[in-house]
Amino acid sequence: MISISQVSKSYRGAPRAALDDISIEIDKGEFVFLVGASGSGKSSLMRMILREDLPTSGSIHVLGENLVGIPNRRVPHFRRKLGVVFQDFRLLPNKTAAQNVAFSLEVIGKSAGFITEAVPEVLRLVGLEDKANSLPSELSGGEQQRIALARAIVNKPAILLADEPTGNLDPATSEGIMALLDRINLAGTTIVMATHDRGIVDRGRKRVVELSQGKIVRDERSSGYGLER
Amino acid sequence: MRFSFVFSEMGIAIKRNLSMVISVILVTFISLTFVGTAGLLQQQIVSMKTYWYDKAQVAVYLCTKTSPQDVCPQGEASKDVQNTVTGRLESKTLAPYIDKYYFENHQQAYKTFQKEFKDNAVAKYVTPAQLNETFWINLKDSNQAPIIIESFNGLSGIEEVKDQRTYLDQIFSMLNIASLAAISIAGLMLFSAVLLISTTIRLSAVMRRREIGIMRLVGASNFYIQLPFILEGVVAGVIGSLLAGGAIFAIVQFFVQGFLAESLPFTSFVGISDALALLPGLVLVGAGLAAIAAASSIRRYLRV
Repeated sequence: MISISQVSKSYRGAPRAALDDISIEIDKGEFVFLVGASGSGKSSLMRMILREDLPTSGSIHVLGENLVGIPNRRVPHFRRKLGVVFQDFRLLPNKTAAQNVAFSLEVIGKSAGFITEAVPEVLRLVGLEDKANSLPSELSGGEQQRIALARAIVNKPAILLADEPTGNLDPATSEGIMALLDRINLAGTTIVMATHDRGIVDRGRKRVVELSQGKIVRDERSSGYGLER
Repeated sequence: MRFSFVFSEMGIAIKRNLSMVISVILVTFISLTFVGTAGLLQQQIVSMKTYWYDKAQVAVYLCTKTSPQDVCPQGEASKDVQNTVTGRLESKTLAPYIDKYYFENHQQAYKTFQKEFKDNAVAKYVTPAQLNETFWINLKDSNQAPIIIESFNGLSGIEEVKDQRTYLDQIFSMLNIASLAAISIAGLMLFSAVLLISTTIRLSAVMRRREIGIMRLVGASNFYIQLPFILEGVVAGVIGSLLAGGAIFAIVQFFVQGFLAESLPFTSFVGISDALALLPGLVLVGAGLAAIAAASSIRRYLRV
């Protein structure tokens, strides 16, 4: 599903490589926590999987696509098979919850009929069907992240990338988001989640990949956040 | 492809960026008005050229008593000179080129002169003897004037052979310079329109960077992302060129047909149909330039 082999990435002017000879395999239906200090390379890795960036060397295969060789014009079609959520939600402030979700379908050319069916369904799945007509400013942080999640999964992606999705939320709300992510994972979506949240990782008992200074220092199944460093 | 969505996105972009869009419309409007005016002026020059060149005559001026000594050493041209010229004009070599010709003697020349310079002081001092007796020749094809000039130049008793087109050429070259000036101004204005469109589109892209970011994340194709921006530029360009078309219609209707044509009744001027023929070209230039400028500036902004 995701196959990363001997990937290195160095940015011009940076003292050391952001990623240093990384190899990792992630299978269909897995839930993987990416942990590590800021600057350890988590975000760089996420960007590579999304093909927002290319590695300096090595190869990346995601959903059967060779991301190093894929021509630019095919990148949008590749991204339609992925969903992404971020710490800062990235909702459009002048569109309602339902419009925000619909927007992501409209811009990939889905039919109006498909959109009117899919949007209420996914809002129900994230438990916000009664907030469909609220603007993001009228929603709590947890609700906004649920809308962002709804937007990420409405097109039924095979992989969901979550970059610190609970970073801006209080522990109780974070638990709600994690429960939602678990449900999405159980429905068959592979999830890669970068996080700093020790409690969430420890309670999750899932595969944990720890990065440090651009290298993978730990890759364990059913693990926790790791030692206090 | 959902056009209603693309158009509503474009509408939002134009509303948010209204003052810049208006400035694009105005600059396109003014520059294309110059382009159109220059085009009409060129058409006017061409039609006046055909009209006046056909009327232009070749004049064979015979010597008078007062002609300069070095050209006319024998003074006033004799009857023989007149006969020689008539003979040559009727000859097999020249006759095929000539439509018609007539001879103007001193008295006739004096009458014409008095009529043309009625209010001028010089009319009082000129005597019939000072004015050249002249053969006025209308050619079948005014381009063949050199043949006539060639065959009479240097003949004794002839002061000068003159092609009237040389006078017209001066007027036309002045009109040509005016239309060239209009074209250069139009070129400069079009260049600034292109720069303004690029800036406007880039500003629009900055204002909508959240939307663009999300579009890229969810896998909208580049074409789909770019289309509203390109359309924003094209709409402004088309409105500007339509305004320019309107201005050119107004110029033709009220200035050329309403004023010039009435004060100079025997000249054929460009009309509404000429302006109409120009309109598609103007719209094409306006829309095309806007599309190219918008597409190239947005492309640099939106790499995958």
